[in-house]
Amino acid sequence: MAAVANMPVSDLLKSFKLKTKQQELLIRVSILCLVYILAFITRLFSVLRYESMIHEFDPYFNYRTTLYLTQNGFYDFWNWFDYESWYPLGRIVGGTLYPGLMVTAALIYRILHFLRFAVHIREVCVLTAPFFASNTTLVAYFFGKEIWDTGAGLVAAILIAVCPGYISRSVAGSYDNEGVAIFALLFTFYLFVKAVNTGSLAWSLASAFGYFYMVSAWGGYVFIINLIPLYVLVLLITGRYSMRLYVAYNCMYVLGMLLAMQIRFVGFQHVQSGEHMAAMGVFFLMQVFYFLDWVKHMLSDTKLFQAFLRITVTCAVTVGTIALGLGMLSGYISPWTGRFYSLLDPTYAKDHIPIIASVSEHQPTAWSSFMFDFHILLFLFPAGLYFCFKRLSDATIFIVMYGLTSMYFAGVMVRLILVATPAVCLISAIAVSATVKNLTVLLRSKNKGVQTGSTKGSGSSKASSKALLDQSQPFQKNGAIALLFGAFYLLSKYATHCTWVTSEAYSSPSIVLAARGAHGSRVIFDDYREAYFWLRQNTPPDAKVMSWWDYGYQITAMGNRTVIVDNNTWNNTHIATVGRAMSSYEDEAIEIMRSLDVDYVLVVFGGVTGYSSDDINKFLWMVRIGGGVFPVIKEPDYLVNGEYRVDKGAAPKMLNCLMYKLCYYRFGEMLTEYGKPPGYDRARGVEIGNKDIKLEHLEEAFTTSNWIVRIYKVKPPNNRW
Amino acid sequence: MVQARLSWRLLLTVPDPDPVHNYLITLTTYKKRFTRESQTVEICPRMESSRFYFFLFALAIFASPALSDLLLSKVDRRVYLTSHIVRISSTLKVENAGPETVSEVLLAFPEQQAKNMAYLMATPHEGKGKVKNPVVALPVEVVNPKDMPPALTFFSVSLPKGLAEGGSFTFDVLAVFTHALRPIPEQITQADIQLVLFQDSAYYLSPYAVKAQSLTVKLPDSRIESYTKLESTKIHGSEIKYGPYENLPAFSYSPIAVHFESNQPFAVAQELVREIEISHWGNVQVTEHYKLVHGGAQSKGEFSRLDFQARPNVRGASAFRYLVANLPPRAHSVYYRDEIGNISTSHLRGDSKKTELLIEPRYPMFGGWRTAFTIGYGLPLQDFLYESEGKRFLNITYSSPMVELVIDTLIVKVVLPEGSSDISVAAPFHIEQWQETKISHLDIDGRPVIVLKKTNVVPEHNQYFQVYYRFNKLSMLREPLMLISGFFFFFVACIVYMHADISISKSSASYLAKQQWEEVQAVIQQVQNIVSRCLAIHDKLEASLRDLYRTGDIQACKAARKAADGVLKELSKELKPLLTTLQSSPSAAQILPKVEELVAKERELQEKVMVKHSTVVDGYEKKSGARDIENRVALQQQKLTALRQEVDDLLEFIDEI
Repeated sequence: MAAVANMPVSDLLKSFKLKTKQQELLIRVSILCLVYILAFITRLFSVLRYESMIHEFDPYFNYRTTLYLTQNGFYDFWNWFDYESWYPLGRIVGGTLYPGLMVTAALIYRILHFLRFAVHIREVCVLTAPFFASNTTLVAYFFGKEIWDTGAGLVAAILIAVCPGYISRSVAGSYDNEGVAIFALLFTFYLFVKAVNTGSLAWSLASAFGYFYMVSAWGGYVFIINLIPLYVLVLLITGRYSMRLYVAYNCMYVLGMLLAMQIRFVGFQHVQSGEHMAAMGVFFLMQVFYFLDWVKHMLSDTKLFQAFLRITVTCAVTVGTIALGLGMLSGYISPWTGRFYSLLDPTYAKDHIPIIASVSEHQPTAWSSFMFDFHILLFLFPAGLYFCFKRLSDATIFIVMYGLTSMYFAGVMVRLILVATPAVCLISAIAVSATVKNLTVLLRSKNKGVQTGSTKGSGSSKASSKALLDQSQPFQKNGAIALLFGAFYLLSKYATHCTWVTSEAYSSPSIVLAARGAHGSRVIFDDYREAYFWLRQNTPPDAKVMSWWDYGYQITAMGNRTVIVDNNTWNNTHIATVGRAMSSYEDEAIEIMRSLDVDYVLVVFGGVTGYSSDDINKFLWMVRIGGGVFPVIKEPDYLVNGEYRVDKGAAPKMLNCLMYKLCYYRFGEMLTEYGKPPGYDRARGVEIGNKDIKLEHLEEAFTTSNWIVRIYKVKPPNNRW
Repeated sequence: MVQARLSWRLLLTVPDPDPVHNYLITLTTYKKRFTRESQTVEICPRMESSRFYFFLFALAIFASPALSDLLLSKVDRRVYLTSHIVRISSTLKVENAGPETVSEVLLAFPEQQAKNMAYLMATPHEGKGKVKNPVVALPVEVVNPKDMPPALTFFSVSLPKGLAEGGSFTFDVLAVFTHALRPIPEQITQADIQLVLFQDSAYYLSPYAVKAQSLTVKLPDSRIESYTKLESTKIHGSEIKYGPYENLPAFSYSPIAVHFESNQPFAVAQELVREIEISHWGNVQVTEHYKLVHGGAQSKGEFSRLDFQARPNVRGASAFRYLVANLPPRAHSVYYRDEIGNISTSHLRGDSKKTELLIEPRYPMFGGWRTAFTIGYGLPLQDFLYESEGKRFLNITYSSPMVELVIDTLIVKVVLPEGSSDISVAAPFHIEQWQETKISHLDIDGRPVIVLKKTNVVPEHNQYFQVYYRFNKLSMLREPLMLISGFFFFFVACIVYMHADISISKSSASYLAKQQWEEVQAVIQQVQNIVSRCLAIHDKLEASLRDLYRTGDIQACKAARKAADGVLKELSKELKPLLTTLQSSPSAAQILPKVEELVAKERELQEKVMVKHSTVVDGYEKKSGARDIENRVALQQQKLTALRQEVDDLLEFIDEI
């Protein structure tokens, strides 16, 4: 690609008296710079279209903690006990989060202030993800260069800069762990591959630090600590064991493990948890291998060595199995967690852990979202794999394994598309680069052939053989040109698709909803912030707000009020209690709410605007999660013939449970759509079944202008006389 | 009947704490001792401690022999209750009945009122129909005259010139009060209307005897719940008139109360921080942080959005939904946001005279509800910054641009550019002030900030004030220079990094290999240079041949060949040591054959060119025909092109290594 772009510019460059090599460097550097900028600005759609704000749910928690970190310093942050969430339990924030993101943002903030740029921490947080996405493109370039060549590196950088799979979690404002973690992940992999390729201690040390950063940033580090041992194992099996590999893996594993233990949330998991045992097993295996190698070197007799090999391998396997068994039995090594199981077995969560299954980003991936997020990369991926297999090396084996495993995980869980994206981009880049290179080489050599053919009358043997080749494939030149144009057409389609997806699908903050009005004008629903700001200003500072866990982080960050449950779903029972309260009758629910000191109840309701991800649509999960802990709540009570409905035909328990009442309170009097009866729910397209709702223990405290958020106040108990 | 209703309403209220209480006691003691004329009224036992205004009693405490012999011949008072800021505008005609010349007139206010007083201004009265001259305010100051009841606060107005015996002077007094309207009932539901109570005296409270007086109370609309009826009380639509009363002695007092409906926005900013930042690059940036509360009756019970949406003027009459700010003309980049982000409900209209900003808080403001937001805008520098006597001064309004807003605490911060010195402030009224520093973009030691703080601010305080300072124009270049030098050092650092050798072990194998390879590269580059120079000379020879075809100047052509020959020989001499170094270097082993091939081909090319050249020149000398020469050269020419092609290919190949 670079070579083709080279052509028109080269004349210009020649006037600067640059040599081809310098020209190429200059072009490469300028392409990289442009890609770097492109990756940044393509993620700014949301800022330009809305404003510089934090998006969605988890980023609000990250923002709040970053704010705390910058205001109170690192030690306070480390020791922070948060009273404002999980009332009355609280949360030890410092010990239950991955601090990498916050520390990074705070560091950038400090540096900018040191350089006398008085920016607000919010701006830093908003732009952290695009900044790291830009850095990822650089890493992708170097990675591509390491596994294939500079051309592939450049293509990989361009592909990953605009790939929607990655943009989905790294637009400006999406201040989430994944924003920096994908950078850290790819960087660690790159450094490790570099270490394997060079056998240099320095590179493997760097990869250990990369791993440390990854551990500090995201729970997805488990993928690294399992993929790398798997890769090493594959290299051992395929007979590619080398001293380089030994140095790289041992240094990376030992140092990386020690460094990772410094993160409080991870602690001793590297030696105690089942998910990390593969790495340790491979570590010991490496030692055995090295030992055997040494013995083989010392022993000249092959027969003797065979016997020794048998004994050693048996011993090693037995010792390993016994150690693992003892560890498991004594409870020293914890078994695999539910999340890990659900990754390996997609149906596991559905049957056992509804709280994981209820999260929309944990759903199995549909084909359409693969197409949506990868577009042509989906077809280029197998082609790239073909090229990789054609030129097998340690590096390409790694990228093939990374690609295949991450693709499997992407199929299991929709959000893991993110992890697969760098691999898919790199492998596709190999396909694109190799194809284009082959085609251009063909074109160039032929051009020369034609030239020499015309100038030379008789011609040498070389020219005649070329001419022979030309005659044998008469359409080769045209074919190559057509193929090249085809490739560029596909790539440009990819670029337009990516821009379209970014602007249409991934740049909405989801706090502010935008819709098209009747006259094509943009209507903004800013109800969430309206409600949160109302809470912040007009409720007592120690008020406790009960809502479904989705809104917990937002209420604490924007409303500055204590919540019962939030998006850190660490306590299933607590969430189930809230679910139970929501799905009980009002007089039962009030007991639960009083026991939790609830002052306000917040529900999200889309019946007026037609906003479909509201609490009524999430209600079945509340029933399921509540019922999972409290068997009083039975899912069939809320269904009619296995159907979930809110109209007249709904189950009586459904029509009278707290959630239904709170959502539809006084909704029966409201006309939502012309020509429809009052109380017509636009989100579900039915007239509601219970229009006469009376609240006994709660009163409406606030409803936003489009009714999306409704807040109720828990009345104090009545006087007894 | 009215009385009964009033007391019923008042039963709901909680008795106020101390200040009023004290006031009452002191006043009653005075009454006991000095009453000259007393009208007794029935005393409601509950009221005694809190609401003395409701009792009809006239108070004449002092004969005030100590005071000068002034008397007020005519007093017209107009009370405007049309918004939640109470404005009492009075026209006083003062006459000197005594022999001494008097230059000061005392104004008396009950402590209750004085506490709420935000603004007091006295101006000489202009007759009707006259062209309004710029009004010069009369100086007013707080005084504590002796032998006066301590429950009253006195202000002294200095007259422009002393008043001789029999002389008279007319002036206007504008007094503005905040928090003077008391919502009764104190809590209302969404459906209720907001009723407020205003209390004052029907008679003008003055240390002087008043000959003739009248009082007009202007209400927002004609819905009046109740009002105190005295003799000669008239009501016209939304106006209540008391008086005229004649010949009342000093300190006459007759409390009146008006209880009426007021749905005006009770917007009270509990705190407003205005930051005015001057940039000498052409902008004055104003940022205003409001903490707003609805200061009217507290809302109770539930808030129903359905009712509010269906009939906002009935179910939510007491709430206000928007505020209007009149920004200076040419205000630009206006924003309206709060702690959690931008607020999209605002409208901006502008013309050459003013810019009108209409902002809606995120939610309708019911009684007692709070909100906080920030508005910001930029103003063109030349409209506000002037220069005089070597000093610059900022001339800008002090208070908020919001219409009818009461501000409990107003803090204005004027951020001057870094490097300003010699700062002073000129303000039209007393303001508490101190200095701070603020570190903003690209500051080294921070910008000087003048902080001006004032409590109880009303729109009348929106007057111009000046901040004088000295500022060197060269300081403006400081920030761009900082940026430039920052980039400069960055690039210098890059260059140093690229050129400096920072490897740790200078003896390691890889380091040595790398260095050798670099040397080899340098040598190869030299070889390439020489080859390309040779090629250039070939081109020159070709050019000389072309000249020969054109001009037929054989001598010039020969000279050119000689020169070229000399240069080529020198070049080949230069090439020799380079080739030997390449041969000796082990890391050049890979590339050496190619280089040697290149050199060999080049030499061949050189010879061929020379041969061709000499053939052509010979041909010319022998005067053979052009075609003949062409034929002879043709074969050579073919070989030449082939060779040239090969040399070029080799050069490219070597280049790519």
